[in-house]
Amino acid sequence: MTPSRGVFTPQTRSPQGNVIVSPVEQIDDAQPVAHPAPVSYKSMVAAPAIELCDLTKSLSGRTVLDGVSLSIQKGETMSVIGGSGAGKSVTLKHIVGLMKPDRGCVKVDGVDVTNTNHGSLEAARRKIGFCFQGSALLNSLTVFENIALPLREHEKLDEAEIRRRVDEKLALVGLGKDGHKMTSEISGGMKKRVGLARAIIRNPEIILYDEPTAGLDPVMGTAINDLILDMQKKLSVTSVLVTHDMSSAFRVSNRIAMLVKGRILKLGTPAEFRASDDPMVKQFIYGESEGPLTRPA
Amino acid sequence: MLALVSKAQRWFENACLGAGYTLDLFVRAMGQVAQIGRKRRETIQQLNLCTFGSMPVVFITALFTGMIVSLQTGQVLRDFGQESTLGYIVTIGMCREMGPVFTCLSLAGLVGSTYAAEIGTMKVSEEVDALEVMSINPVYYLVMPRLIALSLAAVALTVYANVIGIAGGALVARSNFDVDFEVFVKNGRDALKMKDVYGGLLKTFIFGTTIAVVACAQGLRAEGGPAGVGRATLKSVVISFMLILVFDYLLTWMIW
Repeated sequence: MTPSRGVFTPQTRSPQGNVIVSPVEQIDDAQPVAHPAPVSYKSMVAAPAIELCDLTKSLSGRTVLDGVSLSIQKGETMSVIGGSGAGKSVTLKHIVGLMKPDRGCVKVDGVDVTNTNHGSLEAARRKIGFCFQGSALLNSLTVFENIALPLREHEKLDEAEIRRRVDEKLALVGLGKDGHKMTSEISGGMKKRVGLARAIIRNPEIILYDEPTAGLDPVMGTAINDLILDMQKKLSVTSVLVTHDMSSAFRVSNRIAMLVKGRILKLGTPAEFRASDDPMVKQFIYGESEGPLTRPA
Repeated sequence: MLALVSKAQRWFENACLGAGYTLDLFVRAMGQVAQIGRKRRETIQQLNLCTFGSMPVVFITALFTGMIVSLQTGQVLRDFGQESTLGYIVTIGMCREMGPVFTCLSLAGLVGSTYAAEIGTMKVSEEVDALEVMSINPVYYLVMPRLIALSLAAVALTVYANVIGIAGGALVARSNFDVDFEVFVKNGRDALKMKDVYGGLLKTFIFGTTIAVVACAQGLRAEGGPAGVGRATLKSVVISFMLILVFDYLLTWMIW
């Protein structure tokens, strides 16, 4: 439960007993040599990019989030893992203001998006790019038009500048020649990449990924992981991934938070997760069918 | 018994919530109308879709409505030797009632269901959420162009339906009751007042707005995957049909 090796200092706890971690001094993350390591965030500024304080939410009478407190530093890549229904996607939806909590707050760059006027919420959203699990591309538009949409709606740019920016992002996600295609004509992996291109078109400071590798074959999953690492390197963004793909979480994350029944069970580096003796963590990361996570309450 | 009361209470609560959401959506959509210039391309696209897409169905509906009215009333009028007044009845009937109501019932089935299914699919596939995250107001982006397009298309199609319906009525009057076209048209023109034309078009404008708002509201409230989209589409058509008939009575009472 407690992060080991004194990686996080200082450390406090919320009234619900969840760990609130603030400034990180050092990450000692032993990545497999075969993969490019996530960008280090050793010298990050103290102010967190995203702060969840005692976040509580019930849906249809079931408590989905139960006092979640978490602080994500600027430039950090945080993966939120957990089984289906653990509250991962709900957490992301709170960060972008698509859901309002029953209790607690969400701060994006110091602005409380749960208790604020529409203008402030829009300003907070301006800093965020969101990659949806199903890509959520508009079917009536082409790939190019989907990516250009935020620019056309919010920025007064001429068509040549829009084309330049969209082409740049398409090239960044490796789809330079596919702008003219309708979204129904492209594969699931390409859709994920288009979704990512759309998320980064306005150069956000934070990118949220909802199950970025779900439903993809292993090769395409690795390609998406590489893209996430690329975004981190090239754009120096703060990233939050919601995933139950452990290889993806280990590969791209600086830190991982594991949600179980709406609470953070463990927060730590990928190395700490690998070394963890917690039976729930072990069952989840090794994908075992028998164990405390699947035992009836 | 208690379960029945509780079920009725839940139904009533849901109905009130739905009505509140629809009214709120209407107010928010009206608040976006000033932005129509930025959405003119989408609005014209929707207008084309509503108008030209519905023309064949409206043609058949209006033609046979005019013919049936002419046939039924003609048979009664023949007993009194008053067949020549068919032009009066068919023209007034089409412009005041049949044209607006049947056109809008067709539009509720054709366009309203399309809107509900389209927006409902966007809702369940998170496209509406994506718009919000991109700070694009779904009411501005999805609802407002459809609302304006359908309201205008309803008016244009009602004019078209009136003409077709009157022509159908004239055809039956000529073939079944030996009423000359000139007599039919003259009687119709004499009977028709501007209030009948404008009243009918005002009704159809309100029906068109109602269909669009109800359909978009049902689409935006869809949840639970394809089954939810199906439910939203069905509800959109049923609610639109009911509201058209209720509003028709109220507007007829107020205008004439």
